Amino acid sequence: MDGIHDLGGKPGHGEVVVEKDEPAFHSRWEAAVFAMEAAGIAAGVWTNVDRFRHAIERIDPIAYATHGYYGRWLGGIENLLVEAGVVTRESIDARMEKMGGSLQDLVASRPNLVPDPVGDEPAGRGSSRVVNRKPKFATGDLVMTSRKAKSGHTRLPAYARGKTGAVVLTHDAWVYPDSNAHGQGEDPQYLYTVQFTGSELWGAGDENIKVSLDLFEPYLSAVDGRKLS
Amino acid sequence: MTDHDREPQAIRAEALESLLIEKGLLTADAIDEVIVRYSERVGPMNGARVVARAWIDPDFKQRLLEDGTSAINEFSFEGGRIEKLVVVENTEKVHNAVVCTLCSCYPWAVLGLPPRWYKDPQYRSRIVREPRTVLKEMGLDLPADLEIRIWDSSAEVRYMVLPQQPEHSLGKSEQELAQLVTRNSMVGVESL
Repeated sequence: MDGIHDLGGKPGHGEVVVEKDEPAFHSRWEAAVFAMEAAGIAAGVWTNVDRFRHAIERIDPIAYATHGYYGRWLGGIENLLVEAGVVTRESIDARMEKMGGSLQDLVASRPNLVPDPVGDEPAGRGSSRVVNRKPKFATGDLVMTSRKAKSGHTRLPAYARGKTGAVVLTHDAWVYPDSNAHGQGEDPQYLYTVQFTGSELWGAGDENIKVSLDLFEPYLSAVDGRKLS
Repeated sequence: MTDHDREPQAIRAEALESLLIEKGLLTADAIDEVIVRYSERVGPMNGARVVARAWIDPDFKQRLLEDGTSAINEFSFEGGRIEKLVVVENTEKVHNAVVCTLCSCYPWAVLGLPPRWYKDPQYRSRIVREPRTVLKEMGLDLPADLEIRIWDSSAEVRYMVLPQQPEHSLGKSEQELAQLVTRNSMVGVESL
């Protein structure tokens, strides 16, 4: 989905701020949120990273931009816990008020009223799968990415849509996030690292820049069977 | 308590934490363990050991560049499963840097948890579009004829940069070299 999370190439963002001697966590609550992710998996509430990533993409966009990394995680985790019926939004609100919070504050989570099916989501198997077909592309092939925007989860960023690049690395078939995130099965697909020139992506500029992305086979089509010269 | 602890998301996190502890889904010990693991055991010191070995052992370096996933198994690092690690080498002609524009994917097992700047919109939006400018702002002024390759981690492959060994460090031991290798050099936003 073309959400606020899809940041590649978006204009208007300023200088990168580097914090000196940054700790792993800035506050205990950040570590608590980190631990909740493992707790949710242990409880069987979610078992795949695609569903988890999509839950974060679905949070309030203003919260996404302002609540920080663990604030985004909190929103995603709350989405999944509420959708699974483990907690209710009201119970979190009530506890928060008791602990000195205000109900006027922006809440990141936006749980779906009709959640995606959980489906068959075996945990802990990793993402690589064996499939009974050959990959369509090989190293050096020129490929074009899909032009279509998707309403659900996808790992083709908007900035790389409708662009021509060259396959530089090939990988095994991996669980397809666009399907797996929505409880529609693993549907494993071959994965390729595709390299684009900066000018192909951005229209002009520095010819000495290459950007590579890891893209699933359904995102790609052949460009006249051509090879990279 | 700092101001950061009283941000609305901090209070909501604590509220959810207390509910999950009551339900038996979370424990205070699990939270403490996360802090210790990522403060003391899983961090860029692991990647630094990999880089130091690659600098002194050409056979290891070759294995690392050909199949990073198998090469780092020699170290038995804990935490943060990496499905496939690709190590990209900085040379006289090519400089590499890593990003995840869609979320914040990062090779946890070798570099630990990502720093805040890696997860912030500024880096994620700009490094793919104007890498030379962003790197210069971060203190890395690269010559115009040096090719820059950005690796956007859009699936489960994880990337780590093998920085060039500084000349002044030639002849040092593997342990001494590991002390020189910084996190930012392994993400590709710093040269050593």
